Amino acid sequence: MSAWFELLLHGVLAVLALSVLPTLYRLRLGPSLPDRAVALDLIALQLTGAIAVYAILTHEPVLLDAAMVLAIISSLGTIAIARYLFSGKEGSL
Amino acid sequence: MREPIAAVFLVFGAFFMLLAGLGMVRLPDLFLRLQAAAKAATFGLGGLMWAAAVAEWSPSVVARVLLTSIFVFAITPVAAQLIAHAAFRAGVPLWERTRENDLEGQRSPPGPRKPRHGAFPDDA
Repeated sequence: MSAWFELLLHGVLAVLALSVLPTLYRLRLGPSLPDRAVALDLIALQLTGAIAVYAILTHEPVLLDAAMVLAIISSLGTIAIARYLFSGKEGSL
Repeated sequence: MREPIAAVFLVFGAFFMLLAGLGMVRLPDLFLRLQAAAKAATFGLGGLMWAAAVAEWSPSVVARVLLTSIFVFAITPVAAQLIAHAAFRAGVPLWERTRENDLEGQRSPPGPRKPRHGAFPDDA
């Protein structure tokens, strides 16, 4: 792995960490439950990307399995929260 | 030789991920924020995963990346549509400058949704 590519990988990891910060702000602030669910889903997707970049950086393809599981679990969690919202009364938020 | 291609994918993915993060703060209501959270994040994740596939060019890595990206591209829009429908039904307010609202006055009935067969429910 050449030096500039490693530097780029570290830069991309820094950008991903920076992009999690506004999402955390939305998770803290978000006025309703669906806002927080969406923010959590986005955080999980961003962490999945960070895991993929880290797998390149450390030459560990096993980490991609963790990325796959995280991507699956987060979207299913969002669908579960949507089902929970559907089970409530209309206009109950 | 593969590193420049992977670098292009990495910059693409990181840019879209940053855009998704910015959209969560800048966009005014839940339904607009879903555009950032679903579309930009899906594109960004696709870029980052394919960067991993190009950088580690081996069949097992490409298979995992293919599986992950197919799954994410299939299920993230489904999750976004479901959470948007549920939020609209639960009464999450729209942005005050929203002009088109096709679902106004025809929200789905209360209670848990029953499984349906045949025509799409909104056709009736």
